[in-house]
Amino acid sequence: MKWLLNNWDQVFEALGQHIVIVLTSLAIAFAISLIVGIWAARHEGVFRAAIAVTGILYTVPTLAFLALLIPIVGLGRANAIICMVAFSLMIMIRNVAVGIRGVPAEVVDAGRGMGMTGFDVLTRIELPLAAPVIVAGLRIASVTVISVAVVAAYVNAGGLGTLIFNGISNDHAPKIWTGALTACALAVAADLSLARLEHWLRRRAA
Amino acid sequence: MIDIVDLVKQFPGTVRPAVDRLTLSIPDGEVCVLIGPSGCGKTTTMRIINRMIEADAGIVRVGGRDIMQVDTVTLRRRIGYVIQHVGLFPHWTIAENVATVPRLLGWTEARTEARTDELLVMVGMDPSTYRDRFPRELSGGQKQRVGFARALAADPPLMLMDEPFGAIDPITRGRLQDEFLKILRALRKTIVFVTHDIDEAIKMGDRIAILKDGALLQYDTPERVLAEPANSFVSAFVGADRALKRLSPIACATVAVPFAGAAPAQSIDGTASLRDALALMLETGEDVLGVRSGDQWTGVVTLATIRARTVSHRPHESAPPISAP
Amino acid sequence: MLLIDAWQFIVAHPGRFLNALGTHVALSAAALTLAVAIALPVGIWISGTRRAAMAAITTANIGRTLPSLAVLALVMPVLGTGFAPSLFALTLLAMPPILLNTYTAIQQVEPDVVDAARGMGMTRAEIMRKVELPLAAPVIFAGIRTAAVQVVSGAVLAAYIGGGGLGDFITAGIAMMALPQLLVGAIPATLLSIGTDQLFGWLQRTMIPRGLA
Repeated sequence: MKWLLNNWDQVFEALGQHIVIVLTSLAIAFAISLIVGIWAARHEGVFRAAIAVTGILYTVPTLAFLALLIPIVGLGRANAIICMVAFSLMIMIRNVAVGIRGVPAEVVDAGRGMGMTGFDVLTRIELPLAAPVIVAGLRIASVTVISVAVVAAYVNAGGLGTLIFNGISNDHAPKIWTGALTACALAVAADLSLARLEHWLRRRAA
Repeated sequence: MIDIVDLVKQFPGTVRPAVDRLTLSIPDGEVCVLIGPSGCGKTTTMRIINRMIEADAGIVRVGGRDIMQVDTVTLRRRIGYVIQHVGLFPHWTIAENVATVPRLLGWTEARTEARTDELLVMVGMDPSTYRDRFPRELSGGQKQRVGFARALAADPPLMLMDEPFGAIDPITRGRLQDEFLKILRALRKTIVFVTHDIDEAIKMGDRIAILKDGALLQYDTPERVLAEPANSFVSAFVGADRALKRLSPIACATVAVPFAGAAPAQSIDGTASLRDALALMLETGEDVLGVRSGDQWTGVVTLATIRARTVSHRPHESAPPISAP
Repeated sequence: MLLIDAWQFIVAHPGRFLNALGTHVALSAAALTLAVAIALPVGIWISGTRRAAMAAITTANIGRTLPSLAVLALVMPVLGTGFAPSLFALTLLAMPPILLNTYTAIQQVEPDVVDAARGMGMTRAEIMRKVELPLAAPVIFAGIRTAAVQVVSGAVLAAYIGGGGLGDFITAGIAMMALPQLLVGAIPATLLSIGTDQLFGWLQRTMIPRGLA
């Protein structure tokens, strides 16, 4: 505790770095997954391929993934962000596709029947109704990349993991506690707030 | 067989009791139908009998014994239980489903298997075809037949049936009602049957108990309920066409009288109901119909006979006369 | 070519490699077994009670979101480094999906089927044993599968708290910037993880009770 109070600037810096890479990856992944997910929702073959590939890739251990990227992109934030985007895409493409496919066919049919364009149907009917499932995916992705970012400190990406690794190599328990607990708090906070959002969207769509 | 005395049950958070001091006795071998609008307490009462719900007050005796003195599991294994959506175990074959209670009671494999086959035949399903099938392969009607067989497996003296045909299409429903009734009468079981369908109640019941808001309004044979409804609610509940309903269970052959003289112009089969006879009379303008059995004439049925059977001592309340202009 | 260098590293140090692999598998298997032994009975038990369920579910949900490395790191100041602390941490990480899936799976058994079983005179234990568990088995097993992958992946991180395993090659490889060694850790770890998922997926398919497929 004392250490935290004396060094909160260090903690803040680490937390800031952590949040930056998390948000960057999520933003990139969200944009890509919307496009690919909508495409996968429309084409059965693409959907099945996407599910199969993402299913396998999601089981790759975090540190192994980061390590496998090193020969290609070296160390640093780029490495971490690529890994985090990859993991997020796996979850989000699936959720976007499943969410859109889950919109009842009659509702889409009614929209088209009333003269909506394809774009209208997408933005006014499908995406709003798929929103709870998409946000559910965003929620899992967020928790996942926060976890990845902790490990990514080891490939020089910065973030809360630096506190943990420093603490381990210097046998400095307060640093370990601070880094680990802050990371946990961040993950829980992200999960809870997105859960609220998901819940609210579900009630609206129902 | 069943004595219910001052039964009370109120669920927490509700304004009035679901079952409000209900008293009713069901003799051995009778089919007692509990009927009433939603929320009248019929299903609650039935579920209290096998202690799926525990009453707040009152006594229920089955076979002379207070159910609270009997361990619930023992009690339920001696009562057949049939529910609307059947609840067949999806991971067990038809044979395994039917064998449930015998197995719980520790019957030998041989005895269980023989009993299972016997029951499947009784409910009209060929054992060699259906024993090893799974519930998802069956239609709604077939599932309920299996559910029925399963409830009868350990030969319980009492059966509880909660809207067993509610989820079945009308044609199949009629057929199942006839078949099950025949089986139950042959086996001399005591039945408590819950339904919201008055026509089903009239068809299936030896006596009907009409419930409203947890209280018993009338408990009588179908004929008397139709002829002499206890109050305006019962009268409305059984329907404005109750006079006609009274004719439905009566077959023409049973009231046909011998005739002399010329053969009537129109005839009707002896197994048809008096209600059908009335319809034919109205259609053809005839007052007399010949009653056939195959090619033979067995008698006639007249409009007067029908009238005698529909006159009520408690007629509908008539509207005030319209005053002359 | 990097892959060939990596392969030569294994050939040159077979003992070290097999040792790491063995520790990794042992750690994972032990953690999964412990997690199932604890979380499965608890999941069954709470499916019957309301209040205990809420507490357990909330805890499991929080546990599910915690970063794996953070959990491993938190164990260190308390339990030290080595195999046992790693086992402890990995077991903790594996329990939430098993608990949550078990609870949900039992809740989702058709109420009519449970009502019929109860009405026919099955005891509480008989209902659980003969009806609810067989019908819940596929979803329960999906939870075990998730936990298995989580454990095998997490065991890679155990290298940081002295737990051994394939992660050692990765950390050494990064520290010394020796890419072949890095791959000696990363590729087998990846294959092991994917393989575990496929294995449990196959087992899961065999777990579906006949009649439900």
